[in-house]
This record gives sequence, C-alpha cells and structure tokens, in this order.
Amino acid sequence: MIGLTHYLVLSAVLFSIAVAGIFINRKNVILLLMCIELLLLAVNFNFVAFSRFLDDPAGQVFVFFILTVAAAESAIGLAILVVLFRTRRSINVQELDVLRG
Amino acid sequence: MGIVDVIFGFNALVLVASAIGVISSRNTVYAALFLVLSFVTSSILWLLIEAEFLAIVLVLVYVGAVMVLFLFVVMMLDVEVAAVREGFTRYAPFGVIMAGIVVFELLTLFWARASGLPIAAELVRRAPDASNTREIGVALYTNHVFEFELAAFILLLAIVAAIMLTLRSRPGLKAQDVAAQVKVRREDRVRIVKVPAERGE
Repeated sequence: MIGLTHYLVLSAVLFSIAVAGIFINRKNVILLLMCIELLLLAVNFNFVAFSRFLDDPAGQVFVFFILTVAAAESAIGLAILVVLFRTRRSINVQELDVLRG
Repeated sequence: MGIVDVIFGFNALVLVASAIGVISSRNTVYAALFLVLSFVTSSILWLLIEAEFLAIVLVLVYVGAVMVLFLFVVMMLDVEVAAVREGFTRYAPFGVIMAGIVVFELLTLFWARASGLPIAAELVRRAPDASNTREIGVALYTNHVFEFELAAFILLLAIVAAIMLTLRSRPGLKAQDVAAQVKVRREDRVRIVKVPAERGE
C-alpha cells in the first residue's frame, strides 16, 4: 500500500537530483532555471502528500501559491535572461560578473 | 501488490529518470522536454492520491504555459551547445556528493520526524462524487483570501517586470505619440478661411 513515506522518499530523491543539477550545470542559466522548477516540484510533492495524508486542504492551497510564485519567477527570470543574452551574447553563469565590486 | 502500487512504482521510475534526463541532457530543448515529461508524471502521481485539481493545474499551467515559455526562450537564443557543456564532468562528482548529502539529511528527517501529527497510515479515500476543487476553493476563499490577493499582485508584478525588462526602443521607429495626439487643440489644426463668394452673372 502506498503511504506517506513513499511520496516523501520520492520527493527527496527528486530534490537531490535537482540540487545536483544546479551544481553540475554551471554554464547554462536556462538549465539552472529548469532545475529550480524541479526543486519546486519536489517541494510541491511534499505539500500535496502531507495535505492528503493529514486530510487538510491547506497544503494544496499552498501548492497553488507556490505554482503562482514559480510562474512569476520563471517569467521574470527568462526576461532577465533575454536581456542578458542581448547585451552579453552569452548565457554562461561564470561570465555574469558585471555586478562584481 | 495492487494496481495502485504498480502505477506508483512505474511513474516514480519515469519521474526519477526524466529528472536525471533534465540535468544531464546535452541539448537544452531535450532538457525542456524531459521536464515536461516529469511534470506530466508528477501530475499522474498527484491524481493517485486524489489531488485532482492541482494535477490538472500542473499540466495546464506548467506544461501549457511555463514550459512553452522556456521553449520559446531556448529557441530564441542561439546558444552554441559545445561551449555550454564544457566543465560538465569537472563538476559532476561535486554535484553527486551534494545530492548524497541532501538525501542523507532528508532521510534523517524522516527518522526523527515528530509523531504528534495525525498522519493516516492509509489514504482516506474520498467519495466518488466528492469535489477536490470545491474543497480547495472553500479553503482558498475563506482562510487564505489575503494570500490569494497577494498572489494576484505577484502575478501583476511579474507581468509588469517582464514587459519592462524586455521592452526596447529602437532609434528611428515610427510610432504614434499619444500624448501629443491627445494634447492637440482645434486652433493648431483647423484654419477658418473666409472665401468671398463668387457672384455668378
């Protein structure tokens, strides 16, 4: 029988894969944004599973808000990325040092 | 082993495999498509524990809007793949170590979790005609109405920010000046000329 632990372990594995992806993909901002989406998906997994196994709809409401914030974040992130590519002709993370003091 | 276990196991395997595909794809378009696969798989897994509304919202909002936005941006920027991929093997061991640490930390959390919560060992199945959307709506519009307004504000902020960031004014663009159009007065445009009438004989 599928219990809460199955969902939590799956979400932990998903989260760690996304964290590894952030460390591996140092050259590509688009992939970093995708890894952030994966992180948020893992967090949403936890919220949905706890919400259902505790029988409390508040967790699902919070998933709704996380989806909103994630959509806003990726829209602004991609807009920044487009502007960045227009000025620097590159999306390499390690070349983004314009703001360095 | 019931059919639910089989569906969960299969979809969990697909989810983990597609997540690994996202972080290790050579091509960014493939990474985006793997991410679409992982979203669809998660949606199936959410359906399995009767979170129907969020499952369909995940497909509609994420696969339908956010991932299309990602694909648009990937195809708009012509990034050379070879330069992007260099340094992958250099950082891979470090990434694997970090992933191991995160898994270890989360699993220790499972061992040490507080037992005060009324966690159901087995999912309390809803009646066949129970509405998950209604349940979420009742919680959203009563207890969480302030956060709902805040979410609307955040979306408005995202629209304004994204448009303002990508707006660019090219020189020599022939555009309407609305302020000048509105500000114009009758005297600037219309000239009354008295024309003496011809007298026909």
